[in-house]
Amino acid sequence: MNYLEHIGKYFMMLGRVFKKPQRFKIFYEALLKEIEDLGLKSLGIIMFISFFIGGVIALQTALNLDSPFIPDSLIGFAAKRSIILEFAPTFCSIILAGKVGSYITSSIGTMRVTEQIDALEVMGINSLNHLVLPKIIATVFFYPFLISLGMFLGIFGGWVSGVLSGLFSGGDYIEGIQTDFNPFLLVYAIIKTLIFAFLIATVPSYHGYYVKGGSIAVGKASTQAVVWTTILIVIANYFLTQMLLT
Amino acid sequence: MIEVKDLHKGFGNVKVLKGISATFNAGKTSLIIGQSGSGKTVFIKSLIGLHTQESGTISFDGRVNTKFTENEKQQWRQEIGMVFQGSALFDSQTVEDNVMFPLKMFTNQSNAQMLERVNFVLNRVNLPNSNKKLPAELSGGMQKRVAIARAIVMNPKYLFCDEPNSGLDPQTAIVIDKLIQEITEEYKITTVINTHDMNSVMEIGQKIIFLKDGKKAWEGTSEEIFKTDNEAVVDFVYSSNLFKKVREAYLAEKK
Repeated sequence: MNYLEHIGKYFMMLGRVFKKPQRFKIFYEALLKEIEDLGLKSLGIIMFISFFIGGVIALQTALNLDSPFIPDSLIGFAAKRSIILEFAPTFCSIILAGKVGSYITSSIGTMRVTEQIDALEVMGINSLNHLVLPKIIATVFFYPFLISLGMFLGIFGGWVSGVLSGLFSGGDYIEGIQTDFNPFLLVYAIIKTLIFAFLIATVPSYHGYYVKGGSIAVGKASTQAVVWTTILIVIANYFLTQMLLT
Repeated sequence: MIEVKDLHKGFGNVKVLKGISATFNAGKTSLIIGQSGSGKTVFIKSLIGLHTQESGTISFDGRVNTKFTENEKQQWRQEIGMVFQGSALFDSQTVEDNVMFPLKMFTNQSNAQMLERVNFVLNRVNLPNSNKKLPAELSGGMQKRVAIARAIVMNPKYLFCDEPNSGLDPQTAIVIDKLIQEITEEYKITTVINTHDMNSVMEIGQKIIFLKDGKKAWEGTSEEIFKTDNEAVVDFVYSSNLFKKVREAYLAEKK
């Protein structure tokens, strides 16, 4: 199948996903479950990685700006910009594409190969709407919160690393964070997060829903889903940055 | 009653069903038999609407499937029960939730009413006290029974089973066969079963259709199948030594 066919099939899938849920009670139950599976269960990894990467960004910046003419507050300023603009929205989304993307593809793919999706269709249930829409809503609403937490912990990790290493003072770092604060950068980061969250929910769902074969096919589809979601996040990141910041 | 007329279905250049016509009556278990690759699964998936036929008609009590409006199609879907080869139970849900799922989705019953109905059908398939178990905690035979319970919970008019005995030991297979037949007769359901299990043919084959290379090669009852001279049927039925010996004994007795 060529790329154009995949793109067409992906958008046709979205057409079936965005329908009114057949039973709102069941939809809400599914939505809460997806928020737990796709969001809450990712809190730990995002918090852990954000804290340490934030620390590394601050340390690297401090080590590479070792000049008496450059104020130490620039470390906080640079760390803040790197974390808000790129690390939290893009890097964390790529991590989520791996963790959540493979989970989505393998769970939907297993449902496909074990005929659970056929069972839904036979009952008269729009399986795409039933399975994928709660995932999209859960990621699009929850990931901005997750990424915001990543931003906070990343910046906090930078402060902790400075205080512990003695490379810069906590006061200088906080001064740098407060310097030239532009709220639009947060809006830009959240817009990116929303687009990436949509991709993280839909691209792996596509790969899982249309898988053919058995367990090996599901495994291959999971890998493909992670690869394609990552590629699309990187491409979208480039265009969004150009559109929103230039 | 289900009437199939000149059903054709293919995938790309491969023609799988080549003009099958058949009638399935209410209150009877009809069996589709044939070798692997003969088109049985495609046929049953065409009947339940998972495949769209290329040509031909399938009518359910006079209602032709290709002429359904969206609402009629939705209504018809709720008249269908399907037991899949691998049971197709939702593995993250308990037995109770699996069976209750169609009721939650399509009825406005209270929780107590739904639970009463779920317990009734679980008792009917001899699975009391399994409500809170997950499918993974059940044996293959028990999973099939849950699948049957889920298929009949909405009081279907039509029941389809795709190889309901696959992977089961002969004794459990007979229990499942008998259960399907009893339910069919009790609720006057039109039941169509895909199988290549000759025990099923002997036990519950009130009507048998033999498919070969996507065509109907033979049609009859479980008594007639052991008397037929149709070469394809004879090759299929007597491929096992046990049945060969049964046939030899039958022919010797006849002489």
